[in-house]
Amino acid sequence: MALNQFLLLAAFLFAVGAYGVITRRHTVLVLASVELMLTAVNLNLVAFGAFNNDPVGQVFALFVLTIAAAEVGVGLAIVLLIYRNLRSSDPDDVDVLKG
Amino acid sequence: MVAQNIAFGILAAIMVVGALRVVSTNNIVHAALWLVTVLAGGAGQFLLLGQEFVAWVQVIVYIGAVIVLFLFAIMLTHAPMHPTGKLNNDMRLWSVVPAVLLAATLAWVLIAEWGNDKIHLLRPVRTAEVGTVVFRAYLVPFEVVGVLLLGALIGAVVLARKD
Amino acid sequence: MHLPSGFFLDHAWLIPLIPAVSFWLILGFGKRFGARAAYCGIAALSAVWVLAVGAVIQWIHRVNVADDGKGGTVSALGAFGRSLARAEEGKSAAVAPVIHATTWFQNAGVKLTVGTQIDGLAVMMLFVVATIALLVHIYSFEYMRGDRRFTHYYAALSLFSASMLFLVVASNTLQLLVGWELVGLCSFMLIGHWWEEKPNSDAALKAFLTTRTGDIGLLCGVIMTFFVVQRATGTGSFDILAVNNAALSGKVGHTLLLMCAVGLMFGIIGKSGQFPLHTWLPDAMAGPTPVSALIHAATMVVAGVYLGARVYPIFWQGFQIGNSHVNFMAVIGGITVIIGAGLAFVQDDIKKVLAYSTISQLGYMVMGLGVGAWTAAIFHLFTHAFFKANLFLGAGSVSHSGSHHSFDMKKDMGGLRKYMPQTFWTFVIGTGALAGIFPLAGFWSKDEILATAGHGNYKAFLIVGLVGAFMTAAYMTRCIYLTFFGEYRGGHSGEHAHGDVAHGVDDAHVHGVDDAHAVPGFGSHDDGHGAHEPHESPPLITVPLWILTFLSITAGWLQFEPGLHLTKFRDWFQPRVAFPLPGLFSANHVATIPDVKFSAGLATISVAIALAGVGLAYLFYWKRAYGQDAAAHNALLGAGKKFLVNKYYLDALYTDGVIAAVKGPIANAAYWVNQYVIDNVLRTTGRVATVVARFVYRYIDQRGVDGIYNGTAVVTGESGGLLRKLQNGRLQEYALFILIGVAAVALALAIRF
Repeated sequence: MALNQFLLLAAFLFAVGAYGVITRRHTVLVLASVELMLTAVNLNLVAFGAFNNDPVGQVFALFVLTIAAAEVGVGLAIVLLIYRNLRSSDPDDVDVLKG
Repeated sequence: MVAQNIAFGILAAIMVVGALRVVSTNNIVHAALWLVTVLAGGAGQFLLLGQEFVAWVQVIVYIGAVIVLFLFAIMLTHAPMHPTGKLNNDMRLWSVVPAVLLAATLAWVLIAEWGNDKIHLLRPVRTAEVGTVVFRAYLVPFEVVGVLLLGALIGAVVLARKD
Repeated sequence: MHLPSGFFLDHAWLIPLIPAVSFWLILGFGKRFGARAAYCGIAALSAVWVLAVGAVIQWIHRVNVADDGKGGTVSALGAFGRSLARAEEGKSAAVAPVIHATTWFQNAGVKLTVGTQIDGLAVMMLFVVATIALLVHIYSFEYMRGDRRFTHYYAALSLFSASMLFLVVASNTLQLLVGWELVGLCSFMLIGHWWEEKPNSDAALKAFLTTRTGDIGLLCGVIMTFFVVQRATGTGSFDILAVNNAALSGKVGHTLLLMCAVGLMFGIIGKSGQFPLHTWLPDAMAGPTPVSALIHAATMVVAGVYLGARVYPIFWQGFQIGNSHVNFMAVIGGITVIIGAGLAFVQDDIKKVLAYSTISQLGYMVMGLGVGAWTAAIFHLFTHAFFKANLFLGAGSVSHSGSHHSFDMKKDMGGLRKYMPQTFWTFVIGTGALAGIFPLAGFWSKDEILATAGHGNYKAFLIVGLVGAFMTAAYMTRCIYLTFFGEYRGGHSGEHAHGDVAHGVDDAHVHGVDDAHAVPGFGSHDDGHGAHEPHESPPLITVPLWILTFLSITAGWLQFEPGLHLTKFRDWFQPRVAFPLPGLFSANHVATIPDVKFSAGLATISVAIALAGVGLAYLFYWKRAYGQDAAAHNALLGAGKKFLVNKYYLDALYTDGVIAAVKGPIANAAYWVNQYVIDNVLRTTGRVATVVARFVYRYIDQRGVDGIYNGTAVVTGESGGLLRKLQNGRLQEYALFILIGVAAVALALAIRF
């Protein structure tokens, strides 16, 4: 197996995730797109770990997984809070940053 | 070798389709379920690379817990369970630009730098090795992540509490 | 040769642990304890005191065995007595510190330890902290009686003792940093003990934030100590001994040592109230008086000096103390001596006089370290702790029983010597010690700093020290005059015994405004404050005072050189390894601290100068030699006083200059410069300046400067209007821009690559 096949797949997933973050009109789906990007990162870490025959790649992938879980927990709580306050889950409705 | 490459191809195809559907489908629940296929494909790739532990953690944490959370959030925000035409905003075309640019740049660099490298798997990485590394060299980051999780837990409770 | 260690030296970890346990006990059972919380704290500190004294005795035994060259056959106590009796030239055989450390955690090859390093400096400091903390615990029982947060107070006091002792025994700089921050936290809690009043909580915040400013430098310095060791030995470490050895090894570049020393120096400036971050210390007097005595006079504020002494080789090499004429440390110390003493002249609040005096004396210590007088500076730390705690507790006694909880010398004191003879005498002796009158404690230590400064390359700082000594004597005489002599000016007590916030911050709380919150177990306080004559304080207050007075007299005699040839402080507490001392560290490239003998001539001069200060103040205040209020009539004196009353405008500079400039728009800052600075210059420099300033104001400011600022504002407004369109509040559009930026940067890097 070539190392690159994994890395290119990860690059593709990352780009798709980035696209999703910008275009999706539901906050839950924005978070889902972030998960795509994180998975891409994990794939990279694990692939390099296997390439170097070093378990450290896996360890870092585990850390990323954990942090992703924490991020989803807090993120979804925020989504609920926004929904409760604005009766909407469209990121476009959260526009208090408007200058 | 060939078998592994075929397995990779199948998994990669599933993941590519899944990822595209996650960001394009008009049904929120479907998007979440497509995410499952991508993540499961990722776990499959991990297995293919001989990294068992992280693969099963991926299955348990992501597919088991995170997706359930997603579905709950979809339910609690009263999202429409049927296809709607408004799930993507008007920046679709614009956002293709950085996405393609990013993918192209990455692909270029990867091919230039790692083009000829092959992965030679000696044997699957045993969970014991992972444990040794985590609890010897990376004990402090591990503890820090634990504290972070606790913080996120409390934060989520506080944020989502009704009062 | 095997040197004896002993239980107290080996188990020094118990010392910080005991008050920590007491803290948790009081915290956990505070409600149920009520007044008994004090017993818990006092018991803990008594145990600590026993352990500390044991450690001192065993350390002296260890040193004696090393000096005598005999095995440890005599008992520790016997050795102590023998050592006191023996009057011969000090020897300095190497004595290793007793170090016990255990691994705290290790990560990727870096091992961090936690442990105790007990040497002469540490046992000396343990004794000082334990003694004063114990006395303050006892004193507070009376002073804080009936306070609504009595248990909270004792919990914080216990935590403070634990943290301070932890800092003292720390075996590495990282651990020292932990203790350092903990004492800062306790200081914050105790300054803001009566936080209901805005000034108190402001003072607490100010103290915390100001010291934190210095701590940024400290953190950098501590991190650099790791790399100092790494340069010298290959493996990094925070261990104090390793750091000291590394600094003296000659393998570390001077730049690194200099940066490290400067970083640590910032920490010292913040914590030990050195110029220009000294402004928090006077405000810290908002806390209860025993706290001021313990934290803001005797122990926490000298933590900076202690740090400087602990890793002295870093400063020695970084600032090249051994072979220069002037350096950062000495200059900061010298400035602080003069500035603090000057400010002490114009304070009406007795505690503020003492606070500025503390700043000035801390300046002496830092200056001492800076001019290479390590032993003298630490000796001064030792004696100063006792006499300054004595003075602070004396001031507390005055306010507790004499002036109805006010600290205002001009309004509420005067003539108190008749009512409070014990407080008066202890205060006078403390003042004598502070002024450096023979043979009280301060004389010996201050004189030793001056002798070393005059002996080496730092003659200029000898002058600074002498001027400081003169001012010290004078302002303390003024303080005694206002407090204890003349007519009693209190009397009108009824109005501020209960809840009159305007009078003295202590008032309302010591005698709880809000009885509903009084601690159970006290009942309501009924000691009839409101209409009573000033009277002597009860024994719980006077006994600690007398103990401290005894120490203020005798603590200096450890270095009673003329006639008796005692150099015990140096023999016992000077480091015996890894230090720039003659004979100990004989590497060629390290200059060593000169061993300076007592100089009778200099001692006479300094006592004469102190007496001159007392005499001048006597003439000024008792005899009114210069008229009733000289400052009101003499323009020069008036200007000087105004300058001092405004604390050299430093506070104004910080709040209005730094903070407001950061907060406000630039136009406001320009306005401030014109209105405030030029205004003050106007007032203080007379008519010529007035004319010039008016000219500037009228022609340059109003037409030129304002024009520039108006122009700037217009341009800013227009461009803002354009950019505003981008800020449409659409999060995902922001994300799009960010991503485009990321992709562009990645592409740019890839092309270069």
